[in-house]
Amino acid sequence: MRIAIIGAGVVGSLIARELSRYEAEILLFDREEEVGLGVTKANSGIVHAGFHDEPGTLRARFCVLGNALYPGLAEELGFSFRQTGALALAFDAEEKKTLNRLREWGEANGVPGLKLLSKEEVLAQEPEVNPAVRAGLFAPTVGVTAPWEVAQAAAENAQENGAELHLGEEVLGIEIKHGRVQALRTQKGCYWVDAIVNAAGLFADRISEMAGVPFPPLVPRRGEYILLDEPAGNLVRSVLFPTPNPITKGILVIPTVDGGLLLGPTAEDLSPTDKEATETTAQGISQVIRGAQKLVPKIPLTQALKTFAGLRPEPENGDFVVGPSNVRGFYQAGGMRSPGLTAAPAIAQFLAHEVIAPDLALKKKSTFKPKRERIPHAAELSEEEWEKLIREDPRWGRIVCFCNTVTEAEVVEAIRRGARTLDGVKFRTRAGFGRCQGSFCTTKIMAILARELSFGPEKITLRGPGSELILGKVRP
Amino acid sequence: MKVSVDVAVVGGGAAGMAAAKAAAEAGAKTLLLEREERLGGVLDQCIHPGFGLHRYREELTGPEFAFRLLSELERTKAEVVTGATVLAVRPGPELLVASEKGLIKVQARALVWAAGARERPFGPLLIPGTRPAGIFTAGLAQKLVNIHGLLPGKRALILGSGDIGLIMARRLHLEGIEVVGVAEIKPFPGGLLRNVVQCLEDFGIPLFLRHTVAKIHGHKRLSGVTIMEVDEQGQPIPDTEKFFALDTLVLSVGLIPEVRPLEPFFPQGVMVNNLFQSAVPWIFFAGNALTVFDLVDTVARIGEEAGRNAARYAQEKPPKPKAVPLRKGQNVSVLVPHEVIPGEPAHLFLRVPRPLSRATIRVADVYAKNQVSLRPAEMVEIALPPEATAELAQLPQAEVEVIPA
Repeated sequence: MRIAIIGAGVVGSLIARELSRYEAEILLFDREEEVGLGVTKANSGIVHAGFHDEPGTLRARFCVLGNALYPGLAEELGFSFRQTGALALAFDAEEKKTLNRLREWGEANGVPGLKLLSKEEVLAQEPEVNPAVRAGLFAPTVGVTAPWEVAQAAAENAQENGAELHLGEEVLGIEIKHGRVQALRTQKGCYWVDAIVNAAGLFADRISEMAGVPFPPLVPRRGEYILLDEPAGNLVRSVLFPTPNPITKGILVIPTVDGGLLLGPTAEDLSPTDKEATETTAQGISQVIRGAQKLVPKIPLTQALKTFAGLRPEPENGDFVVGPSNVRGFYQAGGMRSPGLTAAPAIAQFLAHEVIAPDLALKKKSTFKPKRERIPHAAELSEEEWEKLIREDPRWGRIVCFCNTVTEAEVVEAIRRGARTLDGVKFRTRAGFGRCQGSFCTTKIMAILARELSFGPEKITLRGPGSELILGKVRP
Repeated sequence: MKVSVDVAVVGGGAAGMAAAKAAAEAGAKTLLLEREERLGGVLDQCIHPGFGLHRYREELTGPEFAFRLLSELERTKAEVVTGATVLAVRPGPELLVASEKGLIKVQARALVWAAGARERPFGPLLIPGTRPAGIFTAGLAQKLVNIHGLLPGKRALILGSGDIGLIMARRLHLEGIEVVGVAEIKPFPGGLLRNVVQCLEDFGIPLFLRHTVAKIHGHKRLSGVTIMEVDEQGQPIPDTEKFFALDTLVLSVGLIPEVRPLEPFFPQGVMVNNLFQSAVPWIFFAGNALTVFDLVDTVARIGEEAGRNAARYAQEKPPKPKAVPLRKGQNVSVLVPHEVIPGEPAHLFLRVPRPLSRATIRVADVYAKNQVSLRPAEMVEIALPPEATAELAQLPQAEVEVIPA
């Protein structure tokens, strides 16, 4: 059996990992040069509890299941995860009513530990919250993660268990014969396959069309964000939500898993063809600022590190598209709007174990290794452990990124595990993620990439072909 | 690994080399720590001339200046460790240092922090648009071109008219890159007048004053930028968009003193007296880690002073002298030191926030000096004699102001 998964984001990578438990050949495709550079990268990074979603939806079901899987999965796959809890805040009587409804939804969905808090209780728990707050809904199971780490960890573990990663390969066509999946074609070749899983994020509608399977139109919903530097992360303990409206969860204040503070996102629906419109706008950024200040008036904007925007695939009917289709061997894992990141592990388990494995009569293999070790981060080790590493390999003592204290050994290990670009290194090691934004470490990382991958500096890209950093040499 | 010294100097650029040299000359056991593989700091990539006119009475390039200073340092007993990054500074005092030989714990009686500055990056400017490859800080572009021999693009705009930006406009132009202009949000250039003339005017590179980059275009590699005129508040004025097709944007929008491992000691910010001694008596500051200077000659001179004073502190542990705080009055945007010790000579360094053709610089009512042609890019140095600082002793604080004529 040969199964292709299209899309190496959080969803596709986790599906690849679940399927690698079976006796089957697993091929994971992505058009980008690195894992998790699509919808996964520009995301709020929240592991939701499941009180935002109407009971009975796939979103509600997979969100609650996924939330429960995260702590164990983070341990097993070695990605960053921190259970911060979340507070949804109400500022008037109407919003208080909405919080009551959210609590009912959450309880119907099986969300544990939900608690309505009075104004005083909210302010005791989060002293920086706007004192105009009237009430809050606390959800202890909400957590934060680094979504790209989840995708990297899952893809790496899938590879350790035999899956093949095909990066920089865009799927251009799918062959169907007698109502059955037969092959797929990329710019690099044609692959005979028995099954295809469509986890193509924003492009899930196009991939589905290639297989002749109808798919609800996907609207790219743009979300703009502002990321603040570390000290700001101490401002709040939990993820703060406004009271949601029917369209969006609103603009949040999020303590990130690595100690920063993330504000956003906006929710702007674009034309279905605008699948690459990841630019920020002056209006969007000021909307983020206003929204965040409504929750926390003293947002230290002087600590802003960067702004960015992501697109989330918004299916017309508002729900995930998960499961088999009318073409045999073609499976959907699309329409992954929020809470797609939270739901991903549950969707991966459901699709692999309850749909695909029985369908294709796959047998579990005995050699599956569930554990993936994260790249050690020297700065998190004890002095004794770090000292020992330096004695074994002096590259552990050479600091490449001063802002986040990343050593040369960490960068080399990231490349060994698949990083091919500056972003690949950055999203694996946090080198270049800090306050200098790479002005000190870029040339060092370029030199390490060039050395380890044996290519010239002109081949080095930010995030794949077309994003080269160097366009020439000085006069001889 | 443990090392015990009198004076630890962090940062091997001009300020740190000078401080280490002076501390060692004063008889202190001195250790200079540099995180890069070699000494010199940013001087190494500054291959243009214009350095050393004051200190060496010659016009030198950056590497030549660094070499001269290094030669002076090498004549002393100061010890140097390169490839050594300070991870933490702890009361003790103790420095935790990472190097390829292991973690080093440096016990020191005094510390001179001379770690330089970092460039303000693109992100905090909150400029709308995409995030493609092709956006470089000026220092990074300079390192690529001058150290690695690599060109970052073919057609470039410089945002910000700081000195490195002006220097890079000329450098890129000389390497055959088309520089379409320099955009500066303020109504006056941020760099030295000589650099505006020698780097832009001499090569016909336009300077767009009161302009900023309003949008970034391009997905993988930069394809262009939109610049707009700004009003008095720095806000873009509608319908003033100008689009430039380019592959490179170089940023020269400010330098920020690098003091991170010391932040826990100075929650309200770093303040020094005229010995360059901070509120924590064993921590001294020198060079751009204190405030961004305009000339390396000044940086080296102050580095020496800080080094000497740190050595004296390490050897004698004198109590921290009482000092009178200085307050920034009108038309003073930058002022160091932050307090002066009465009865001692003091050099004050200040910058004005806008160009002034004629003005009087006053320190309380103990000092006044008329000066012509004050510019934000140029640091003004005033020497207060001991008699003047002695007079300050009675005051709760002394205001330093620049009064336009």
